[in-house]
This record gives sequence, C-alpha cells and structure tokens, in this order.
Amino acid sequence: MISVENVTFHYPGGAQVLDEVNLQIKDGEFVAIMGENGAGKTTLVKMFNGLLKPTEGKISVDDVDTREKSVAQLSRDVGLIFQNPDHQLFAETVTEELSFSLRNFGFKEDVVQRRVTSLMNTLDLDRYSNSSPFVLSGGERKRVALAAILAWDPKHVIMDEPTIGQDYLQKDRLRNFIVQLLSQRKTIVIVTHDVEFVAECKPRIVLLSHGRIIGDGTSAKVLTDPALVEKASLVMPQISSLMGTLQDLTPPSDIIDAYSAREFLSTKLKHVVGRKTSQGS
Amino acid sequence: MDSPIHRLDPRAKFILTLGFFAASLMFTNLYALVIIFLAEIPGILLARTVSRWLRSMRGGLFLGFFIFVMNVIFGTPLASSLAFTARFFAIMSAFSFFFMTTSADDLGLALEQIHVPYSISFTFTTAVRLVPTMAIDAQTVVDAQRSRGLELDKGNFIKRIRNYIPILIPLIISAIRRSVELAEALESRAFGATENRTAIVTLKMRPADYLVIFATFAGVALAVYVYWFVKLPTLVIPIEIPRFF
Repeated sequence: MISVENVTFHYPGGAQVLDEVNLQIKDGEFVAIMGENGAGKTTLVKMFNGLLKPTEGKISVDDVDTREKSVAQLSRDVGLIFQNPDHQLFAETVTEELSFSLRNFGFKEDVVQRRVTSLMNTLDLDRYSNSSPFVLSGGERKRVALAAILAWDPKHVIMDEPTIGQDYLQKDRLRNFIVQLLSQRKTIVIVTHDVEFVAECKPRIVLLSHGRIIGDGTSAKVLTDPALVEKASLVMPQISSLMGTLQDLTPPSDIIDAYSAREFLSTKLKHVVGRKTSQGS
Repeated sequence: MDSPIHRLDPRAKFILTLGFFAASLMFTNLYALVIIFLAEIPGILLARTVSRWLRSMRGGLFLGFFIFVMNVIFGTPLASSLAFTARFFAIMSAFSFFFMTTSADDLGLALEQIHVPYSISFTFTTAVRLVPTMAIDAQTVVDAQRSRGLELDKGNFIKRIRNYIPILIPLIISAIRRSVELAEALESRAFGATENRTAIVTLKMRPADYLVIFATFAGVALAVYVYWFVKLPTLVIPIEIPRFF
C-alpha cells in the first residue's frame, strides 16, 4: 500500500509544488493521476520511490517511510517508468538494457537470463534482443523502457505519461498489458493527460490542480463532472460529450467509454425499432 | 540579475577572463596561482553571484581532485600537483565569472561585433543557452538510472567512474538528437538565408569598460614582470610519494 499523509513539497528555492496532499493507494489498485501541466503529478510519483522526499508530511510504501530507505532499496518494490525512454536507455543491446537493473539488484546470472528472455517474449521484443535500443522506433524504445523496469518484477508499477508518442495499436497493447499486470495483483499508477485512454481503462482517478487534490473517485464520476474537468484543464471523453447531446434518449450521465455507449444505444435502438415494428403491424 | 559587473561590455569581461587565463597558465608556483584565484573573488562579490560561483566550484571538486591524484600518480611533486589543481580552479573560476555575468544574447552580440561569422556565434550562444536544459536532462537521467537500482557512490574509485556510463550515454544521445532536431527546425525557418545581417542593438564601450581592459593589461604586465624578475617562494612538502609509473 502506498500512503501519502499531509505531504507538502517545494523544490529548494522554488515554489510550492504539493500542498497538504493525502492519498491512499491499495495493493492491486489501478490509479490514474491527472491534472494540468505543473499540477505536481510527476513530483508526487517521484516520491513513491524516494527520488524526492517530502518537505513536510510522510509517504510510506508498504508501511516503510520513504525517508528511511535509499532509492535503490525502495525501487526494488516501486518500479518507476519515466516519460522519455531516451533518458534511461544506454546499453549496446536490448538484452543488456534489460539485464542492467537485474544485475544492480544482485540477481543471479541464470535468473537474469530467464527473466530477460521471458519479458522479451511477453512484450514482443525478442526479435530485437541483439539490436541497439537507439535504432528502435519511439514506441519500441518505450516498450524496452517498460520491460527494463518490469524485469525485476516490482510490486508497484508507476508509469509517467505512458501513452505519449504511442499510436492507437500500441495504446491498445498497453491497456491489455496493464490488465495483465493487474491480474498479477500489481499496483498500477499512471500519470497521464490522455482522457480517452483513461476512459477506456476506467481506473480510479486522482485529480491534481496547483498541488492539491481536487477530485478522487471512479473514472465515470470524475470525468463526467464538468466543474472538476474544467478546473483540472482537461476535457470530457468524446463519448461523454456525445451522450450529452442525446438528451432525448435520457442517457445516464456516467457513460465514458465506447463499450458502455454501445450497450446503452443498442438497448435504446431495440426499443425504438420494436415500437416502430408494433406501430407498423 | 543586475550589478556593475553585469553591465560591463562582454568584450571587456572576456578580455578580463583571458587575462586571468593567461596569468594562470604562466605560473606553476602555488602561491602565485592562489593569488590569481583570490584576485578573481572581488569581481565575483561585486557581481553578487557568490552562491552560484560556489556551486560551480563545488561541481569542479571531482575534476580538481582527479587532476591532483593523476599528477601524484604520474610522479609530479606534491607541491606542483597542488599548483596544477589551483590552476584548474583559477581558470574555472574566471570562466564561471564570465558566463555567470554575461547573458547569451550579449555574448552573441559581442561575437558578431568582433566579426565572428554568424553561424559560429549562433552555435556558441545556442550551446550556452542549452546548458540549463542539459542540466535538467542530466538530473532526469540520474533519477531514471537510480530508479533502476544504480548507486552512483557505490564501489571503489574505478567502479564509481564506471557508474557514470549509464548517465553519460543517454545524455550524449539526447544531446545529439536535440541538435539534429534544432538544425532541422532552423533550416525550416530559413536560417542563413540573409547573408548580411543587421542588429537592432549594438554594443558600445563605456569608460568603465576601458578601465577594466586597462586594468587587465596592467595585471598581465605585472604577472609577466613577476614571472621574469621576482623570485617567488616555493612550497616544500617533505612527504615522499612512491612513484607508480
């Protein structure tokens, strides 16, 4: 469990980034942290593995205060995937890249080989095993960065802007992969601006604005609240906006994804078609 | 930031920096180099950039230590090893002073007015402008690798140097990528289409600037005089360091 208690943070000599933030993320939970640029989202998640320490308040991961452990110790349980893969890739081959952290954490060489091979298969990277990460496309580099973190099987996985630079197919793969990780009881926290991606995944949403939490709840509740969405400089999912224009059909206000919209519309259309048929006969 | 030093013409400040540079190269005597280093401090105080200067000095500590150790390892006497380290700090301090008190725009103007080709002056000023961006990138890379279990201060001396490979490679690669993107963006915006450029702002030397240039020449002349005609005391350290090579 990740617990954030009354956390305030400001960079040395800089403005206050987080202000009295309180948040509990349970094991196996899927949370999206959203909000405008500069709201403090990345700063908050950098505290989960101890890269930043709170100025005031306390963050604990599995009941361990992040002040009391080094980044390396905390990272064993909290895998943080950075937004830009180019900030972490350096090895000559994808295999070496994936092995790097496992060796840092002291895994035995046979375990390293086994995990790297298995992960490359899972993330469809095996054909690039001997390629340089630098010659891969942006999406592939992002997958290598993701694999490099998942290699040591952290309990909590934090992804900073995982959908940036990804095409729709890759986003779909990412969504499926998140579902797979959730089935393994991993905690997933994503920092994102991608409303449509969130609407399809339906995680719990924590909305940040100017360093404060302004909304916390299900995707359907948060993303369909016009005041909250506007305050966090987001827009509603397109499906919700579409449903808003179909007031004659009295749609429920919490439809945010295509699947729920199809369910609702097919029921309504059956009803309309049935009425027309009975009028015709 | 505004101070009498910041308001000086960049050309005058550059001549002053070159003066300190030349004087530092002239001497191998520790006392002389310490005096040159100390002579730079009033300018730094006047420019009110002490904390930034201290930060840059702290940043140079590792390299200074490296210079000292390498000299000792290769058999340079202890006093001379200290002198070379002092020379490094004197030169570093002089250039820090220049870059901390001169904006990239002023630097570009100064280069253009001394007829440096625009493509070269632009490259130089862009490199200076990108230093803070590179510093942010470096911090992000350090954070990313620490998150993968890398402990920079773990292991012996050689291991600690090797620990920086995962930091340096992403940094160099992203710098190259950025420079390629910047070059393409510049070409897309017709960079270099006009051969004879004009400038709205032109630099003008004021009496204070001439005074700085005069003081620099006087200082360098004094250094030359001391070098040739004054016997400076030498530091003797009665410690025998075994020769490694």
